[in-house]
Amino acid sequence: MTHEQIIETLEAAFAGQLSDCDTAHGISAITIPAASNLKVLQFLYDSEDLQFRFLTDLTAVHYPNRTNEELCVVYHLHSLHLNKRLRIKLYVPVAAPKVFTASKLFSGANWMERETFDFYGVDFVGHPNLKRILNVDEMDYFPMRKEYPMEDPTRIDKDDEMFGRGGTIC
Amino acid sequence: MRPVQYNTNLKMVDLPEGHSGEGFFATSLNNVIGLARKNSIWPLPFATSCCGIEFMATMAAHYDLARFGSERLGFSPRQCDLLMVMGTISKKMAPILRQVYLQMAEPRWVLAVGACASSGGIFDSYSVLQGIDQVIPVDVYVPGCPPRPEAIIDGVMKIQELVGQESLRRRNSEQYKGLLESYGIQ
Repeated sequence: MTHEQIIETLEAAFAGQLSDCDTAHGISAITIPAASNLKVLQFLYDSEDLQFRFLTDLTAVHYPNRTNEELCVVYHLHSLHLNKRLRIKLYVPVAAPKVFTASKLFSGANWMERETFDFYGVDFVGHPNLKRILNVDEMDYFPMRKEYPMEDPTRIDKDDEMFGRGGTIC
Repeated sequence: MRPVQYNTNLKMVDLPEGHSGEGFFATSLNNVIGLARKNSIWPLPFATSCCGIEFMATMAAHYDLARFGSERLGFSPRQCDLLMVMGTISKKMAPILRQVYLQMAEPRWVLAVGACASSGGIFDSYSVLQGIDQVIPVDVYVPGCPPRPEAIIDGVMKIQELVGQESLRRRNSEQYKGLLESYGIQ
């Protein structure tokens, strides 16, 4: 089964819900509405032809300029049956980044969703234990969001001019 | 020719300042204790990254830190005198490092090896502690990324100097208590 056939199968099952379908570098990508993520994942899991039963990765991307769809949650699925990979994206507003948890379907999603919450603040509805996993518990922001500086904000002894970026952190 | 050749090339520690006569030698307790302490430091390695690899070379046969009396590494903080922090300490690791320091008995010394332990190094990042002196007091900093074993040995010798010259009353002084107080350590 080719990538095109996988996308056709999905389009037949979820008519009108898929967008931005493409295949590049041997991996297909689709964009789905945030509310139907579990339906799509379950369909891919259950389908005897597809058998996307391995969740390789789950992460997020912050696009500060996309109004009302600032946060993109990305699932990387692998079908060991077909040896094909699939990337599923969905967009949520940064003001209310609510996504249904995939941890009921993939146990491995538990920690990945905690990591995504830790760094981007995506609220995985239904997650059994949604708290920080890698950063210190006292951290009060989501460091991978673009509005926060990469540098440690508590440092006062580093002169930005020495690092070729003007006098202030921008 | 003797049947057994003894090694006559031994290096002896110099006598401390004092008065000697027939059958006696008198010096201050400070000097004697300092002499004993500085030549029997038990280091506790806290190695998290590449500086730790350099430390392994420092401990091994070629550079041989044992020549300086630090033959035995202790892997329990309760037995050790010198905490050697080698490598990047993330903010999540900071309370653990502090806990290790608190478990050490006085007198204790801390050596920050490498740029990361000293200042955060290249990791000017939200997740990395910008120098271990944010959580525990440090006696000697070794620069380098990573420092060569010679530099680490130099740092240990600087620690030996401090240990040898330290007054026995220093740990009871108001100044020292104030230092620990500034780190929130009782």
